[in-house]
Amino acid sequence: MLLIRCPYCEEERPELEFRNAGEAHIARSANMAGESDDDFEKFFFIRSNPKGIIYERWRHIHGCARFFNAVRDTVTDKFVMTYKAGEPKPAKLPGASK
Amino acid sequence: MSGAFRIPSAGRLSQAKTARFSFDGQSYTGIEGDTLASALLANGVHLVGRSFKYHRPRGFLSAGAEEPNALVEVKRDDARKAPNIRATVQELYDGLVAQSQNRWPSLAFDVGAVNDIASPLFSAGFYYKTFMWPKAAWKSLYEPKIRAAAGLGVSPDKPDPDHYSSRYAHCDVLVLGGGAAGIAAALAAAETGARVILADEQADFGGSLRFETGAKIDGQDGYAWAQGAIAKLKAMDNVRVLSRTTAFGYYAQNFVGLVERVSDHLQSPGHDLPRERLWQVRAKRVVLATGSIERHMVFADNDRPGIMLASAARIFLNHYGVAVGKNVGVYTANDSAYAAAIDLKKAGVNIAAIVDLRDHPTGPVIDEARALGIEVNFGRAVIRAGGKLRVTSMTVQPKNGGGERTIPVDAILMSAGWTPSVHLFSQSRGKVAFNDETKRFVPGIYAQDCVSVGACNGTDGLAASIDEAYAAGAKAAKDAGAKTAKGTKPKVDASESWSRGMLGAAPGAGPDKTVKAFVDFQNDVTAKDIRQAVHEGMRSIEHVKRFTTNGMATDQGKTSNMHGLAIAAETLGKPIPEVGLTTFRAPYTPVTFGAIVSHSRGPLFDPTRKTAIHPWAEAQGAVFEDVGQWKRAWYFPRGSEDMHAAVDRECVAVRTNAGLFDASTLGKIEVVGPDAAKFMELLYTNPWEKLEPGRCRYGIMLREDGFIYDDGVVGRLAPDRFHVTTTTGGAPRVMNHMEDYLQTEFPHLNVWLTSITEQWAVIAVQGPKSRDIIAPLVEGIDMSDQALPHMSVREGKICGVPTRLFRMSFTGERGFEVNVPADYGQAVWEALWAEGQKHGAAAYGTEAMHVLRAEKGYIIVGQDTDGTVTPNDAGLDWAVGKKKADFVGIRGLTRPDLVAKGRKQLVGLKTKDPKVVLEEGAQIVADPKQAIPMKMIGHVTSSYWSQNCGRSIALGLVAGGRDRMGETLYVPMPNGVIEVEVAGMVFFDETGGRLNG
Repeated sequence: MLLIRCPYCEEERPELEFRNAGEAHIARSANMAGESDDDFEKFFFIRSNPKGIIYERWRHIHGCARFFNAVRDTVTDKFVMTYKAGEPKPAKLPGASK
Repeated sequence: MSGAFRIPSAGRLSQAKTARFSFDGQSYTGIEGDTLASALLANGVHLVGRSFKYHRPRGFLSAGAEEPNALVEVKRDDARKAPNIRATVQELYDGLVAQSQNRWPSLAFDVGAVNDIASPLFSAGFYYKTFMWPKAAWKSLYEPKIRAAAGLGVSPDKPDPDHYSSRYAHCDVLVLGGGAAGIAAALAAAETGARVILADEQADFGGSLRFETGAKIDGQDGYAWAQGAIAKLKAMDNVRVLSRTTAFGYYAQNFVGLVERVSDHLQSPGHDLPRERLWQVRAKRVVLATGSIERHMVFADNDRPGIMLASAARIFLNHYGVAVGKNVGVYTANDSAYAAAIDLKKAGVNIAAIVDLRDHPTGPVIDEARALGIEVNFGRAVIRAGGKLRVTSMTVQPKNGGGERTIPVDAILMSAGWTPSVHLFSQSRGKVAFNDETKRFVPGIYAQDCVSVGACNGTDGLAASIDEAYAAGAKAAKDAGAKTAKGTKPKVDASESWSRGMLGAAPGAGPDKTVKAFVDFQNDVTAKDIRQAVHEGMRSIEHVKRFTTNGMATDQGKTSNMHGLAIAAETLGKPIPEVGLTTFRAPYTPVTFGAIVSHSRGPLFDPTRKTAIHPWAEAQGAVFEDVGQWKRAWYFPRGSEDMHAAVDRECVAVRTNAGLFDASTLGKIEVVGPDAAKFMELLYTNPWEKLEPGRCRYGIMLREDGFIYDDGVVGRLAPDRFHVTTTTGGAPRVMNHMEDYLQTEFPHLNVWLTSITEQWAVIAVQGPKSRDIIAPLVEGIDMSDQALPHMSVREGKICGVPTRLFRMSFTGERGFEVNVPADYGQAVWEALWAEGQKHGAAAYGTEAMHVLRAEKGYIIVGQDTDGTVTPNDAGLDWAVGKKKADFVGIRGLTRPDLVAKGRKQLVGLKTKDPKVVLEEGAQIVADPKQAIPMKMIGHVTSSYWSQNCGRSIALGLVAGGRDRMGETLYVPMPNGVIEVEVAGMVFFDETGGRLNG
């Protein structure tokens, strides 16, 4: 069981308290109704599914209930860092080697 | 006397404390502290099981957790019947009852042993080759026979009456293994004040100190030192010492699963003790001190009872005081078996001969053996063992060939060397490295915050192991944040030391031989099988393993993996590291389901949710159904009514007079804040800005892809306050969906969301007389149709308690939903019930609710929709705000596929024969005479008998359904084709006049 740091609670808590909520930094268009089919396809269906670093959303559902973002390595299943919802994608990752 | 093979001068058990037990119906006496294995051996019993495939007679190979052969059933009573218990691990208690397995009719005469004679038929991969044809025979003949023959032991057929417990624990340093190295590491870590947990799978700490008589530490015998150190650790507040506790799994971020066997060793455990306790430990640092496991020699008929690992014989002698034979042979490729021979010789047991495969070994143990007058033969091999139910001889030959000599023996001790136990290290995702000099896989690259010490790290010698472990324990504590150690390192005064050995088949079991030289005892895999796998094209060790089943038995190849690997590598002509090592997986040894499940079974498996009105319904004899975690009243039978009769009566009562329904399980969410209406506009398809406070609207929630996600009636209590209802099952995910958008997509909106499902009990009062029932109890609300029309909500009081009174209907009748604080739910229900009795009202359950709503064509999300249904498909286009600029799902709704012609649409279905009720889920076709597979154009989603309509009614999703009104379609069923007519979705009161009274 993984330990995940909630950026709001500022604590590492067991994975049981969290729920994954899919890939992060996929913005919903301000003009949703006017999106082209292609753009909507990219927004709704296409995900990066990378081998290595993934940016994803998690919710501390059995804790503070906040959604936040996390950087995880899909190869090692290790969390690199977590940050609050709305914050930009980190430019540099701590201790990034891959 | 506790057995003829007990040596009073040897061992550590007190002869005074005897324990009686039985094996296969025969009574024996052992000593408290014995294992079942040592107690049987003390009585001269070696034959304890039959092998899996060939049903060969088997005895004890080992004295510990690695045991592949001695699996027995231990039975306390009919429900407490545990199969496949390793007799070498099971501690003896007075009255223990054990039985052998995999034999019929008896252990000594087993019919299944014919497999041994017919063994050429059962060589490696025979499953894959033998049962291929005729194809039809697989299901009728082969599979049932294989299933009957497969598996070892018999599962108990009664529920497990024992209880199990589970604990979480955190520590700075977790030390796994309580031998010399583990104890030294724990001492070093504990002396810093760090929180330490030390666990060992045995009842007694000490590991190999339990049999290594040559070890002296701090001036004491090694075993005595270990006991003293454990007593010291137990006395420290910062240390938890767990015996009989196996670390079975090493998971991410130093999360380790341990199982503690709390009461399996007790005669009468008592109800206050769990059988086992699962420990889920999160450690800052882990010290692995898991030791090593001795390997057997691979030679012909090396599985005969009486042939065992040299270290096992030493434990039986030095700890349990049991001699494994009277005339013992030794076959070895390293020094450690000499120590066993010396110990036995000193205890008065005759050593027939030591056969050493090495050409010119030298060393103190060899000299000592010779000095004791033991015959020592170098450069020779045991090429076969004699005997069947018990070994009777060993046949010796120079290893490069030559004259044979047969030596009578009643036991053979063997040692091919020691394999470091890297199981947990490997489970932690660490990468092992092959040391070509010592021919061992040892920990290489670490993946987690752990360290290996002692024998499991390939460290030879007691002094070196303790040095390494003590330093590692102190460092682990320091790395976990503790102070520097202030203790003193244990000093090793004397020790035993050996290393090396051999891997693979010994001479006499080489490629030119067809003998049965076992590599894996439990799965009956021989050296020949492994060679055959390679010859048949298996190149990877993972393939060899699966083809031969080597290492796949319950012992997970603890003794066999390295031999198997070496034989495969030799046959392939490749070095061992290139062939690779199979993956180590949890659990290290078998773990009971009881320990994993712990308390989470029966009523504690999943929470049960009950409404405030549940006790009343129960008292009325309601039959309940499970809806998610909720218990909901399904119907209220009266007298001898069956479900059908009760539901018919309830449905008619609602439409004739009135009915009371417990709707408390409906999800309820309060949406509050200055931007509440804006938020509702974005989350639901409907327009909300203009909904006046005091009015309600039926809302539809979509996912971004345009499909219906949930629905429910929403009341606007104030400009900034909405009372939202959701489906019973959908409440948590709707709340999650709302929170997701509020927190991440629309964080600029000033809105708060609160789940109020449990706070409000909801009593639906529906029917022509519903107002007459409610009105006398209500204060402060004008109940007239003008003041409180259909789809409106008022706050006031009922029976003197606050209420949110909705005028709404899920039956098509004049109806109300009375929300009251849950604590008052039952009292208000009882008051309404008393009023209802004056007007002929009935209580109705979820089944009648379903029928009544279907009569009106009201959909249930999740029953009439399935995640691919749009509002238009469901005939709910009217609920989508056409002028809205945005809402979740707005773009999805215009996707090409969602606006294409011929989509499945929800329609009513009337069977031509009104008495026939369709089956929900049944498929619909246009032409029943077409060839199979038919083109299915839809399916039935809801179907009931409607007493109010006097016929069956159904809803279904049908391709282009709304263009097929009046068309005849067909529902092919096993008993014939049912004709149906496509109709509108409303079967009762089509104009909806009854809603308004």
